[in-house]
Amino acid sequence: MSNDDNQHDFPDEAHALKGSSDHLHIDPLEKKWIYVALGLIGVFVATILYTAFAKHVHPPGEMETIDSARLHLSEEFAEDNLGVVTQADGSVKVTLVAARYGFYPREIRIPAGQPITFRIASADVLHGIHVPMTNMATMVVPGYVSTVTTTFPKPGEYPMLCNEYCGMGHDHMWSKVTVVSRESWQAGNTQTQGR
Amino acid sequence: MADKDFRVFVLSHFWLAFGAFGLACVMGFYQVLERSGFIEAIQSPQVYFASVSTHGVLMGFVLTTFFIMGFGYLVATTSLKMPIWNPKLAWAGFGIAVFGTVMAAIQLLLGKASVLYTFYPPVQASVFFYLGATLLVVGSWFWAAIMVVMFVQWKKAHPGETVPLPMFANTANAMLWLWTSAGVAMEVVFQLVPWTLGWIDTVDVGLARTLFSWTLHPIVYFWLIPAYIALYCLVPQAAGGKLFSHDLARIAFILLLVFGLPIGFHHLYMDPEQGKGFKMIHGIGTFLVALPTLMTGFTVIASLEKAGRDAGGQGLFGWIGTLRWSNPMVLSAILAFLMLIAGGFGGIVNASYAMNAMVHNTAWVPGHFHLIFGGTTVIMYFAVAYAVWPRLTGKALISGSLPLVQLWSWFIGMIILSTPWHILGLLGQPRRISSVVYNSLLTLAWDPYELAMIIGGAVLLGSAMLFLHILAKSQKRGEPVTEQAAEIHYAESEHPVVRMPALLNGFGFWNLVILALMLANFGYPILQFFLIKTYGSTGWGY
Repeated sequence: MSNDDNQHDFPDEAHALKGSSDHLHIDPLEKKWIYVALGLIGVFVATILYTAFAKHVHPPGEMETIDSARLHLSEEFAEDNLGVVTQADGSVKVTLVAARYGFYPREIRIPAGQPITFRIASADVLHGIHVPMTNMATMVVPGYVSTVTTTFPKPGEYPMLCNEYCGMGHDHMWSKVTVVSRESWQAGNTQTQGR
Repeated sequence: MADKDFRVFVLSHFWLAFGAFGLACVMGFYQVLERSGFIEAIQSPQVYFASVSTHGVLMGFVLTTFFIMGFGYLVATTSLKMPIWNPKLAWAGFGIAVFGTVMAAIQLLLGKASVLYTFYPPVQASVFFYLGATLLVVGSWFWAAIMVVMFVQWKKAHPGETVPLPMFANTANAMLWLWTSAGVAMEVVFQLVPWTLGWIDTVDVGLARTLFSWTLHPIVYFWLIPAYIALYCLVPQAAGGKLFSHDLARIAFILLLVFGLPIGFHHLYMDPEQGKGFKMIHGIGTFLVALPTLMTGFTVIASLEKAGRDAGGQGLFGWIGTLRWSNPMVLSAILAFLMLIAGGFGGIVNASYAMNAMVHNTAWVPGHFHLIFGGTTVIMYFAVAYAVWPRLTGKALISGSLPLVQLWSWFIGMIILSTPWHILGLLGQPRRISSVVYNSLLTLAWDPYELAMIIGGAVLLGSAMLFLHILAKSQKRGEPVTEQAAEIHYAESEHPVVRMPALLNGFGFWNLVILALMLANFGYPILQFFLIKTYGSTGWGY
C-alpha cells in the first residue's frame, strides 16, 4: 500500500468515524489545523519527491554484496587497483578500502566541478565516510559495497573522516582529499596519461 | 496489592530510573569535557567509549523503561480505579529487568561492552551485555502484558463504556513496545548471542542493522507517549482548564502507534544494504507521523490558551502571561513545546531522504536527539515525578520554587548544550569521537562551540542533581499530606466524552493494520538477505 494515499485518507476516516457515532467531536478550528498540517507535510514530501525524481538526488543504496574478508583477492578492491582512475569516457572513479584506521589510499587528488563516483568496501568493521561541507557521505558496511556519486564544487583540501564508531582508534581515522580545479586537473592528466 | 505495597512498587521503578539518570548525567558531563580535548590528563578513548556506551544505555533503556513501567502502573490503577492485575507477575517483571540491568551495567562499566547503545556488530561485546539488555526488555514485556490484560478486564467489566484516555494511551504504548522491541530481540536472539557464544561463525551486518532499525524509530515514541499522556491528561488540569479535544487525542495516539512503527529506514538512508525505493517509502511515512505531533501541539496549546483566558488573559498573546508559570507541570509543558519546535525543525532535516546526507552521523544528530528526548521528553518525566510524588510518598514537595529553578535550568542547559552541537554538525564534526585530532584548518572553528557545550553540560548536571535532591528530600522530610489531597486528577474534556466508536476504544483492528504495514515495509527488506548470497562478518574487538 502506498503511504502517500494515507495522508488523504485521514480526514475521510475521521468523517467515516463520525458517521458511525454522532458524538465524535472535532472542533472546526482543529479540523482546519489538520488540513494545514497535512498541507505542510504534503509540501515537504512533494519537495523530496521532486528532488528525487526530477533532480535525481538520492541517498546511496545499491544492495551490492562483497566478501569483506577476501577484498585483497577481489579484482576491484585489490591493493593495486585502489585510488583515482580516469575512465575511457573521461569520468573519474575512486576506489577505496575502509579499514582500521584510515581510508586507503590515504591521499587522493580529484577534480572539482565534475561527477566523481566513489566505490568503497570495508575490510573489517562498520565505518562511515564523510567529507565535511560536501554531500560526500555514506555508511560502509562489511559485506556490502557502497557507491556514491557526487560533485565537489570548490577546490581545496578536505579531510575525509570516519563518522561511525569503529574502535578505539576511530578518532584517528581520516584521509586527505585534494580537490583541484578542472584546469589544473586536465593539465596534470595530460602529463600522467589517465592516472 | 495494598496501597502501601503499591507505592513501594512504583517508587522502586522511579528510583531505579532516576538513579540511572543521575549517573548518566555525571557521565555526560565527563564526556563533553573529555571530547573537547581541553584537558590533556583525562584523554582516553577506552574510558570515553565505555562511558558513552553506558550513558546511552542508561538514558535510552534504563531511565525510560523503568519510568514508563512505573508511570504505566500508576496510570492503569488510578485511571481505571482497579488494582494491579497479578502483582506477583509485576514484581517478577521488575526483578528480571533489574537483574538484566545490573548484568549489562557491570559489563559496560568494566569496558567489556563499549559497542555503544546501538550494538554495532561486527564489533563484539561480552555475551553478558547482550543477555542483560535482553532481560531488561523481557522484564518490560511483563509490564506490557499486564497493561493489556487490565485494559481488556476493564472493558469486560464496563461493556460499551469508553476507556479513560490516559489508559487508552498507556495501552497503546504497551502495544507499541511489544511491536517495537521485536526487532532488536530478533537481532540479539538469532544473531548476536549465538555469534558471541561461537555457535555461529559470522553475522550478516546488513540484516543486523535492518532489524535494529525496526526498533530504532518507534522506541522514541515509546519514550514520548508518557510525555504526551502528561500533556493531554495532566497539563490542562494543572493549568486550571480542560482538555480541548479528547476525541482527536485518541486518534493522535492511534496514529503514533500505527505510523510510528513501519518507518525505521530513515536510520539507514546512508546504508548500502537497503534500496532507495524502500528508503523513500519509509521516508514519506516519517513525515506522516508528524501529523499526530502537530495535532497534539494544537490541542494542548488550545487547552492552555482557554485556561489562560479564563484566568483573565486578553488579546492575541495576553493569555500566555496569565498561565500558571509557577506550576511545574504547566512550566514543563511550555518549555517542552519550545524544545519540541526547535527539535522538530532539526528532525525534518534528518528525515529528509537526501538532505540527511549533509548531517548524517555528524554532531547535528546527538544535538537533535538531546533536544527532543533529553529536552522535551525528559522534562515531562520531571513534571510527572513532581506531580505524583505526594501520591507515592505521602509527603508534599519540600519547596515550591526549587522545582521551577530545576526545570528552568534544565531548559537553559539543554539550549546551551544542543545549539553548538547542531552547529558543529553543520561544520562537519562527526558524532561518536573521543577527541578532535584531524589535521585540518576546518577543525579549528570547532573549539568555541566545544567550550559552550561544556557550560551546557555543567548546567544540566547541576539541574539533574537538584532534581534528585528535591525528590529525596521531599520523600524524607516533606510535610505529610492526606491521601485525598495527593490524589491524581486527570483533565476533564471540554466536551462531554460519550460512547466512542469501537475503533477508538480498542486496538484489535489497528494491530492488523500494523501487521500489514510492517509486512509491506519490512517484509521484503528482511527476506532479501535470505534470497541473495550475503557474506557475514566474524567478530572484532574494539
